[in-house]
Amino acid sequence: MGLTHLAAGIGAGLAVIGGAYGIGRIAESAMQGTARQPSASGDIRTSMIIAAALIEGVTLFAEVVCILMAVK
Amino acid sequence: MSEQVAETVAKPIGEQVKDMILHHVTNGWDWQLPGYKVMLDHELWKFELGGMEINLSITRHVVMMLIAAGLLLLMGFSVRRKIALIPKGFASFIESFVLFIRDEIAHPTLGHSVASSYTPFLCTTFFFILTCNLLGLIPYGSTATGNISVTAGLAFAAFLSIQAAGMKKMGVFGYFKHLVPHGVPLWLSPVMVIVELMGVFAKPFALCVRLFANMVAGHVVILSLIGLVFVLGYAIAPITVGFGVFMYMLEIFVAFLQAYIFTMLTSLFIGMLVAESH
Repeated sequence: MGLTHLAAGIGAGLAVIGGAYGIGRIAESAMQGTARQPSASGDIRTSMIIAAALIEGVTLFAEVVCILMAVK
Repeated sequence: MSEQVAETVAKPIGEQVKDMILHHVTNGWDWQLPGYKVMLDHELWKFELGGMEINLSITRHVVMMLIAAGLLLLMGFSVRRKIALIPKGFASFIESFVLFIRDEIAHPTLGHSVASSYTPFLCTTFFFILTCNLLGLIPYGSTATGNISVTAGLAFAAFLSIQAAGMKKMGVFGYFKHLVPHGVPLWLSPVMVIVELMGVFAKPFALCVRLFANMVAGHVVILSLIGLVFVLGYAIAPITVGFGVFMYMLEIFVAFLQAYIFTMLTSLFIGMLVAESH
């Protein structure tokens, strides 16, 4: 237990803040889009899942780095 | 898990929980079955190549992949025999997945003319990842897709098929020429080639890490919640086990979602190269 663990914990938290903000913005826009144009809900859902997955991927890179810092 | 705790009784309880979690998510040659522990032979295919030790012996995750492949072969042949205009029972269930991949993933991303020729590859990817993910969620199983080598292999297959699709569409020279987009000044083209090449390799790398990290993260969270029972005392068990069950349900959803995402993104990357221009 030392500064490495502290850094890993803070880094994991910061990565989650960024990822959650991004995915939240996507969900917000998708819901607004669906409310305005309900017939396009299928296309909007697909694009939302793809964009959310891309953001999630970047967030998970950071989480993996944090896990490696804490474990090694 | 109780056997594991008994093995390492000298360590503090937090360390034991950490060891248990790490043992669960990493690869190895021992496989806990109900009642007894299988020790797989770890010197089966071990050799040296140019001073480097290479061990290709069968591990836990390889066993799970072979089980997944066997199940899929069984599924494929049993459904193939019952092919009909209106399939019944299990065949109908599988057909709904295949139709979803063809009509919702392949057609919109690849264009209608080539979608059918890439559907078999996309179905193979989807069902293999889904089976591996779900096998990791049954007790005594272990998640083959939670191993970065396995996901790297899958991403490599996706990488090869993306490049092959691009070369088939544009020709080998046309493919390398498209690395410099139209309308870029000549002095900028070396930079563009480097940027585009990075993009080519970053796509499968992201596929690989996304699947690996998602599968590992879910298991680590569930096991940490269970581990809290041993760290904080048995009184907390109802809360943590409740959260654990919730996370388990979420993991079943994630197993389907990640198989879908991997297939969808592979299809999308192929579609970027082969889809007809609008």
